[in-house]
Amino acid sequence: MWLNWLKTRGGAAMAALGTVKGSGNWFLALALGVTLLKCLLIPTYHSTDFEVHRNWLAITHSLPLSQWYYEATSEWTLDYPPFFAWFEYVLSHVAKYFDQEMLNIHNLNYFNSRTLLFQRFSVIFTDLLFVYAVHECCKCVNGKKASKELTEKPKFILSALLLWNFGLLIVDHIHFQYNGFLSGLMLLSIARLFQKRHMEGAFLFAILLHFKHIYLYVAPAYGIYLLRSYCFTASKPDGSVRWNSFSFTRLISLGLIVFLVSALSLGPFLAMNQLPQVFSRLFPFKRGLCHAYWAPNFWALYNAADKLLCTIGLELKLLDPNKIPKASMTSGLVQQFEHTVLPSVSPVATLICTLIAILPSVCCLWLKPQGPRGFLRCLILCALSSFMFGWHVHEKAILLAILPMSLLSVEKAGDASIFLILTTTGHYSLFPLLFTTPELPIKILLMLLFTIYSISSLMTLFRKEKPLFNWMETVYLLGLAPLEVCCEFVFPFTSWRLKYPFIPLLLTSVYCAVGVTYAWFRLYVSMLTGPPGGKTKKQ
Amino acid sequence: MEKCYWMAVAILMGLTVRWTVSLHSYSGAGKPPLFGDYEAQRHWQEVTLNLPVRQWYFNSSDNDLQYWGLDYPPLTAYHSLLCAYVAERIEPAWVALYTSRGHESAAHKLFMRATVFIADLMIYIPAVVLYCCCLKEISTKKKAASALCILLYPGLILIDHGHFQHIYNCVSLGLALWGVLGVSRDWDLLGSLAFCLALNYKQMELYHSLPFFCFLLGKCFQKGLKGKGLGSLLRLACTVVASCALCWLPFLTEWEQTLQVLRRLFPVDRGLFEDKVANVWCSLSVFVKVKDLLLRDTQILISFLITLLSVLPACVKLTLRPSLRGFRFALVSCALSFFLFSFQVHEKSILLVALPVCLVLHEVPFMSAWFLLVSTFSMLPLLLRDGLLLPSVATTMAFCMACAALLPAWAEASEEALQLGAFLAAVRKHLPYLKPALLPHGIRCLFLASVTTMVLLTLMSVTLEPPRKYPDLFAVLVCFVSCLNFLLFLAYFNIVIMWDSKNGRRKKTN
Repeated sequence: MWLNWLKTRGGAAMAALGTVKGSGNWFLALALGVTLLKCLLIPTYHSTDFEVHRNWLAITHSLPLSQWYYEATSEWTLDYPPFFAWFEYVLSHVAKYFDQEMLNIHNLNYFNSRTLLFQRFSVIFTDLLFVYAVHECCKCVNGKKASKELTEKPKFILSALLLWNFGLLIVDHIHFQYNGFLSGLMLLSIARLFQKRHMEGAFLFAILLHFKHIYLYVAPAYGIYLLRSYCFTASKPDGSVRWNSFSFTRLISLGLIVFLVSALSLGPFLAMNQLPQVFSRLFPFKRGLCHAYWAPNFWALYNAADKLLCTIGLELKLLDPNKIPKASMTSGLVQQFEHTVLPSVSPVATLICTLIAILPSVCCLWLKPQGPRGFLRCLILCALSSFMFGWHVHEKAILLAILPMSLLSVEKAGDASIFLILTTTGHYSLFPLLFTTPELPIKILLMLLFTIYSISSLMTLFRKEKPLFNWMETVYLLGLAPLEVCCEFVFPFTSWRLKYPFIPLLLTSVYCAVGVTYAWFRLYVSMLTGPPGGKTKKQ
Repeated sequence: MEKCYWMAVAILMGLTVRWTVSLHSYSGAGKPPLFGDYEAQRHWQEVTLNLPVRQWYFNSSDNDLQYWGLDYPPLTAYHSLLCAYVAERIEPAWVALYTSRGHESAAHKLFMRATVFIADLMIYIPAVVLYCCCLKEISTKKKAASALCILLYPGLILIDHGHFQHIYNCVSLGLALWGVLGVSRDWDLLGSLAFCLALNYKQMELYHSLPFFCFLLGKCFQKGLKGKGLGSLLRLACTVVASCALCWLPFLTEWEQTLQVLRRLFPVDRGLFEDKVANVWCSLSVFVKVKDLLLRDTQILISFLITLLSVLPACVKLTLRPSLRGFRFALVSCALSFFLFSFQVHEKSILLVALPVCLVLHEVPFMSAWFLLVSTFSMLPLLLRDGLLLPSVATTMAFCMACAALLPAWAEASEEALQLGAFLAAVRKHLPYLKPALLPHGIRCLFLASVTTMVLLTLMSVTLEPPRKYPDLFAVLVCFVSCLNFLLFLAYFNIVIMWDSKNGRRKKTN
């Protein structure tokens, strides 16, 4: 009797094992594989962000709502929008079963293995949303031809690129942050727009905005796209807008969604008259132009040019050495960077630069709507432009552009080439995040793994078209290897280590800034010179 | 290039998993006074660096053999010396005589982990990659897939990079694998040289020596012992003697030296088995205390005889009919027999069986993967003691997944896939009423039962407190269950070996 049962169950189990290999469950294998890797990464180094999030758990758990944005026992005050605070609140109710003590506000820098396990697993667990979003995104890509080989299908490559993304792995699972599920929300909302479920997409994005306000950078793309392609129900044959097709109901329902989500998030604070306090926490403009380590953007090039001019000026005796602020010469990495030759940059200036950089892409989205793909391109350009010109940009913000860019990369050879340059340089610029020796092999190995896979798989996918890189790009990308060797293996043993400790970081950010700028420029060109909207399908 | 990248991905995955596992705990971390295998390795570096070669294996005031005395062959000692030189360049306190005992620090851990990682990268991984590249009749992608499965084998990763075995398995197994590679590519001299190095790195490689010997001997027989065969036999013998002599050179000057090293290598007085091993003697001692019942000499004799008896069929067959396939299977069956029946076996010696099983992974994926799972499970008590639960579970699951997703016909337990067709045909002659579907069904049931017990026992050992009367209850159960599994595998692999020729002949006629 039981033997019989065992046989049937056995058959079922074997069949289940068999399907892993067979129909479509490769996705599960990819997702599970990366999850196991994440579990192995648990004991790695974690940054102060670990303590930041522990502190937020404590704040939301032990204080009433009215105190959340006032509490300042720890220097890591709550500076994310309310939904994220609520998210921490929910987590804290699980955390109390792991260790009650980590929820005490006064236990600064509290750490033990249970706290570590809980925090790490909370990231791994919430990444499930990301996995689901990737699954949905895979439905949206259409390869030109369905290749017979599973590993050469765009869907497979896309899910590998997203699930095994190097940046997400090291930022979330080593450095410690919750980018996984936030990116998941963004990808999910993009996927919904691709699936013509505009209301859902807008709803998800509104929620996302109240989780982390950095996504405000891509809000223009959402706004214009929804207005142009959803609220206006038809276009003229040449692609320009047909003004009389405007649908008020759609606009109002969109507005209602955004309003309701915002009310849910900010309403309580409005009622308590705390909105100014909340906003002062969310938008601290007191920080410097660049982060301690310069993100590889336009300002990194600007700063480097300033330094270069300054050195040249001193050599040629055009500048008076006494007038130069000393800090700027000895250490390039103080928070407040004072320019010596070029004019200093104010927050307003960066804001204007960002807006100017975003404007053409948004206009293009309005004038030549190309369906969701045009929207996606615009979104990436918004993210990348604000990364290029924003005030106090973190190097991690590059993920905001890299992840959606993966979607484009598997559809067109040109985009694949831009994507590879952007990801490789962007990911390499994340290296300084992990500066401890035990993590050095991990970051190099994972980077190699991701880079080799992404380049080779996309090359295989587009092998019938012209090569993805010209010789200049190839040389540039290969140059990253000697750069890494110089910065991390040679430089520490030279005598410059003490005199100019900032050189490796400076080199890294300037070198990567060139690549990111180049990718940004090429992406812009591809958007502006893209086919006119009339040729694409009508909305 | 397009085709190579899968291999690159496989290697990088293997390396990543190795390094991430190495960030976890190691054996004897923070457990004075004896610490663990990690301390043993460090201590050897200390001893080999500071003492002259003549004193390495002798008990003296400077070299307390009771405290992790050197008990492996000279090559291990040389490797320790090499590491010690590097360690001294970085931080002399790590290898200072006396004062460095029990030294533990994050930097030192990093150094030790790096030594294993580099050894693995230089010896074991190239061997695996080359082996998979040499596999015939499969696509590049399949080759990369089998390389990934072999590289992800959790047992080796956990013992070398997690537990920190006081003798790098990746080196000895890697050298043995180079030996297999050499022999199978018909570079017999290189192969035997590599195997001699392996043997002089870790004496447990003797488990593999019989198949090597029989295979090479059989090859010589095939060439004709009076003509070419004799020449190649002599050349082989010279290579073996010369390479061994070279390794032992400093210890051959005095008879007493050689004898002492041998005494250290084969510590007969340590008893029939150590700790909890998943072999027959340990499992038997649950019912009968063999250790106390019989005299030591009788024990040695009995274990020797039984081992000999169990390796005999495979070896005779291999000598008479040397074939590459037979060689690989004979490696499995001999190593397994030694592990199950021989005298003084460590639980970690199962890795010596696991290596040849990895080599047949592409031929009998189902049984091999199952065996590799059981072998990892059999080391569970050890891994739990070291606080390696998380990496063990994660790497085991990753391995299962890799096998399920990548290996051909992993879930297929048909006669053909199990390579049992010839055997069953023979059985059916005598028992005609045997249904064809019975065996695959039976194997599946066994697999399921085995996996279920493994999962349950793992859960129990992690969550439950053992009863006070039997503090080792779960460890013994783990060993017992694994031992039963191993006996089954021994029978299976022997059947495959013995009925192999008919299979081969049929293929030839086809």
